[in-house]
Amino acid sequence: MKLPISWLKDFIDLNGLSIEDIARKLTLAGLEVDEILYAGLPMPTYGTGEKHEFKTNGIAWDREKIVVAEIREVKAHPNADKLTLLNLFDGQQEQVVLTGAPNIFHLKGAGKLEKPIKVAYAKEGSTLYDGHADGQVLITLKRAKIRGVDSYSMVCSEKELGITDESDGIIILDDDAPVGMPLADYIGDAVLDISILPNMARNANVIGIARELAALTGRELKQPNLEIKTSGDSVENSVTIEITNSELNPRFVAGLIRNVEIKPSPYQIQRRLKLAGVRAINNIVDATNYAMIELGEPLHAFDYDILKERAGEKKIKIITRAASEGEELVTLDGTKRKLTAINVLVCDEKGSLSLAGVMGGSESEVYDASKEVLDAIGVETKPGEMPQGKITSRGKSTVNVLLEGAAWNFINIRRTAKQHNLPSEASFRFSRGVHPALAETGVKRGLQYMAAWANGQIAPGLVDTYPLKPKDSVVDVTSQDVKRLLGIDLSLEEISALLTRLEFKCEITDNKLQVTAPNHRMDIDEGVVGLADVLEEVARSYGFDKIPTTTMADALPPQVGNPVHEWEEHLRDLLVAIGLQEVVTYRMTSPERESRVVTHAEYVRIANPIAPERSVLRQSLLASVLEVVEKNAKAESVAMFEVGSIFEPVKNDLPNEPRRLAIVMTGARIASAWDVKDSPKFDFYDMKGRIELLLAGLRFTDIVYAEAASTYTLHPGKSAEIKVNGQVVGVFGELHPLAKEKYAFGDAPVIVAEFDLEKLRGLNPSYGIKPVSEFPPMYEDIAIILDESVAASAVEALIRQTGGKTVTDVRLFDVYRDEKIGAGKKSLAYSLTYQAEKTLTDADAAAIRNKIVKRLENTVGAKLRS
Amino acid sequence: MLDKLNEIEKAALESLASINDQSALDAWRVANVGRSSPLMQVFAGFGKLSKEERPVVGAAANRVKVALESALEERAQAVKNAALAKSLEEEKLDVTLPGREVKIGRLHPSTQQLRRVLAILAEMGFQVYTSREVETDDINFQMLNFPPDHPARDMQDTFFIEAGDRGDNPILMRTHTSPGQIRAMREAVATNPNDPPPIRIALPGMCFRYEQITARSEIQFNQVEGLAVGKGITFADLKGTLTDFVRRMFGQDARVRFRASYFPFTEPSAEMDVECFVCGGKGCQVCKNSGWLEILGCGMVHPNVLQNGGYDPKIYSGFAWGMGPERQLMLRNKITDIRYFWGNDVRFLEQF
Ligand SMILES: [Zn+2]
Repeated sequence: MKLPISWLKDFIDLNGLSIEDIARKLTLAGLEVDEILYAGLPMPTYGTGEKHEFKTNGIAWDREKIVVAEIREVKAHPNADKLTLLNLFDGQQEQVVLTGAPNIFHLKGAGKLEKPIKVAYAKEGSTLYDGHADGQVLITLKRAKIRGVDSYSMVCSEKELGITDESDGIIILDDDAPVGMPLADYIGDAVLDISILPNMARNANVIGIARELAALTGRELKQPNLEIKTSGDSVENSVTIEITNSELNPRFVAGLIRNVEIKPSPYQIQRRLKLAGVRAINNIVDATNYAMIELGEPLHAFDYDILKERAGEKKIKIITRAASEGEELVTLDGTKRKLTAINVLVCDEKGSLSLAGVMGGSESEVYDASKEVLDAIGVETKPGEMPQGKITSRGKSTVNVLLEGAAWNFINIRRTAKQHNLPSEASFRFSRGVHPALAETGVKRGLQYMAAWANGQIAPGLVDTYPLKPKDSVVDVTSQDVKRLLGIDLSLEEISALLTRLEFKCEITDNKLQVTAPNHRMDIDEGVVGLADVLEEVARSYGFDKIPTTTMADALPPQVGNPVHEWEEHLRDLLVAIGLQEVVTYRMTSPERESRVVTHAEYVRIANPIAPERSVLRQSLLASVLEVVEKNAKAESVAMFEVGSIFEPVKNDLPNEPRRLAIVMTGARIASAWDVKDSPKFDFYDMKGRIELLLAGLRFTDIVYAEAASTYTLHPGKSAEIKVNGQVVGVFGELHPLAKEKYAFGDAPVIVAEFDLEKLRGLNPSYGIKPVSEFPPMYEDIAIILDESVAASAVEALIRQTGGKTVTDVRLFDVYRDEKIGAGKKSLAYSLTYQAEKTLTDADAAAIRNKIVKRLENTVGAKLRS
Repeated sequence: MLDKLNEIEKAALESLASINDQSALDAWRVANVGRSSPLMQVFAGFGKLSKEERPVVGAAANRVKVALESALEERAQAVKNAALAKSLEEEKLDVTLPGREVKIGRLHPSTQQLRRVLAILAEMGFQVYTSREVETDDINFQMLNFPPDHPARDMQDTFFIEAGDRGDNPILMRTHTSPGQIRAMREAVATNPNDPPPIRIALPGMCFRYEQITARSEIQFNQVEGLAVGKGITFADLKGTLTDFVRRMFGQDARVRFRASYFPFTEPSAEMDVECFVCGGKGCQVCKNSGWLEILGCGMVHPNVLQNGGYDPKIYSGFAWGMGPERQLMLRNKITDIRYFWGNDVRFLEQF
């Protein structure tokens, strides 16, 4: 919400508080000031990079140089058709000023004016915004000759003074503007841009902010005077109201004003509205908006005579009801809207008039005949442009106005505004809840302003139908409650004082405070929730900064830890230790993206995806990591992993979210350097080595690698299944050449692994550390020749089995094939470590070796290679 | 004979003086103190000398032998030193050439930051509680005091999951880790329904919001929430605990302030600001010159939430707070584009 400080001053005395003080107090109390926009008032100055608490923008007006002046004479420029020469008086002397302003142009050559025109006058040397530049560019007025006439000063537009970005005409001030007064003193302002949190909607108006500020500073809130002078016949004689569903429409108030003269509002009013972000349209529409911004109740003005005409001879009967499915209404933006049952309508006996709380109807809206073609929001159509709104002329301006103030169900308004994409000041407020009590004050305020700005006569009385009065919330508060929840000691009197400032009614009765919520608030409940609601107000009013900081005295809970989380963190540490970079990827992907490595028939689908490529939840962690590796494929080598959930659909229920680990490696095994070239590429065995370390780190010992079932993901000859404790927990291998083709990878093979962490985590690790012998080990190499078909793992198993516990390590250090050995044969060379609880002799070693060789000969037909 | 010895000595020492390498030294040794050297010939010819001459010549020959041997040793040392000096000179490296790159693994920056946060919380007695990423509307919203059509729902634009018509309880991507509050409370109540135990947990995890992916907004982000529930826990305790936490996180001198705010699941609610740790509160780009950084949202657990978790709000109270590890990293490291985190470019990841 944009709040001009000058408006705030109507309701609270701000003497002695700087604008930044005000902004800070509001910010700390939950009304965060996002920006302060200066439009005339002196701005604080900051050096470059110097701290300034609030984002600040705008311009200050020099009190000496920018003043109120009056145009006394309008002459033609001798050498320029489009310019006029103004004789004006700035309070001290006459000045000649050139202008091309279109809103003064019609007076060109009029000579002496009967009634001077008050304007904002900037003297030589003034600093203002350039009215003709895009955006806000500061300029300083300098003397120059324009077509032979001396120009050194100017009459200003709103853009030049930083009020709006309107540069098309000059500001024409109200007739009572004091000539010679510094403009900053007259209409200088600053605007606070305040974020309104959902629970603070009651404060989205001038008096709401003033009330908060009064409570925060202990100053008095100046309540608006709602007295009304009336004349003529009572409105009750011409209008009745029927509410068909009080849940939808708890209250409807209508007032009548006669003989209004539609014209622009006073400039002071227009300026405040514009600073508050609302367009000035005409005095009647402005009065509804002004009263809304001021008090928080959105109002709607009907052309009374149109309603009367529709009613024929009968009394006007306003009916509110839910729309029928498919019903239509032309709203005042000229759009024909198809309605549904959640929309609420204001109707008369002839039919619908407006979309309640959201937008008026076109037919009955207030009409200004002086503006031939206007769209809904008051934009004049430029030549050659299609009019955006209604184009029919009603011929006659509105004379009599029926003013509506009502309360609507916030859910219906919320849904309606969303459904028809009609966010507005009114729907913003109604969709957050407006107390029905405001309907009456709002209508009175609106009528007051209409009478003041449009010379109308207010009819006596209001038609007020109020079938659903909200219950006044009453909450009991004790000092113990305050101590228990806020941790501060306050007497009932102190609590009462804090709440009374926010207009709560407080009554102290035997050790408790009975608190009644004020009638502008819908957010205070009763019972234990009401207590929290009220204590929040106590805390805010007391000041969060004054509440002490203490340490929890309550007992610590039982320490249960989180074994799953801890195990995964350990796993991550192991993965990092084996040289892998962790990545974190999007959960949302598409079946097409995953199909490069795997296809699934069913997915968990997003009903409202931001893009087709993020339409489902991932079902392959490997696909996600492969995408990341692909993006990084230019790097010399990439070795990455991710630990995370995949999402398995369960019909009409929450999906399963099992945990997975995916690893992808590709590129150089060793980093290249100025003297290291052509590093070998990562292959199957690089991955296997890492998996061995990983599983050892997790303390698994029963590990078997077997050929993997064929899929299109992995190379059939270069992939393996990993069994731990007899259970398959994952697969790894080289990416299938056909799968690899679908990615923009380099020449190096892409090695991948995927683990089911749910399974792996469930398996029992084995613990225990072997003692380190004090006797020296013996080392021996043996090389054997045998058939290709014999698996290396089988040979190693035989060696270990035969050698018994004396053979403590078996390391394959060479695999060799050539013609000498023969086709279909291979040579395997092993380095063996013998270790016993004594010093082994050569004879001991020979005995073991012979046993092993004999066993290999007999079992797998191996021959010792000489 | 003595003259001859002097001559031998003089000639030998002269030739030694010009020797600069080991092989010449070896040759010199053979030539001058070797078995067939002139000096040794003198010793060999001893028998032919008279009884009187023998001691005189013997002494002189011995002196020459010692002199030559020590001269040889000295020269050998000098030659060795010279050779070492030469090889040291020749082996000189260009120390400005780059070192060899070591390929190491790293945790993702978000994981690193999550660990920092969780480690501090663990020391403060807050144990990790994790829960699912896909949730139902009632646990993600309704039980946390966001009724359907509540304006507060505008604060959390939501991804919904296709799951048939489930009325007011659709399936969705959790918008915050707060559903874990409900799950954790209910689990704790189940352990002892008559006198539920106190709770102090940290809830880390990925959350999702319906946003366009831009430099400033992402569809997923990590959150860590803290939750304390027990008897007699006050707003003053919230201030104390969070001030402690923030000082551990950002330094013992960190100044903090609490601003009133709004979250449906806490009341009163507050934003906690910490004095900008980049500029020390003097004003900089990171804090947009305000001197303060918005670091976490917090508040007293709303009575409806306690009730929905199974804790009687008339007896129990508590507080909760939430923060974003990615946001913390962005502020700390002046990262201006949130897309880096899930972009996983190694050139970004390697910097952590
Ligand atoms: Zn800073």
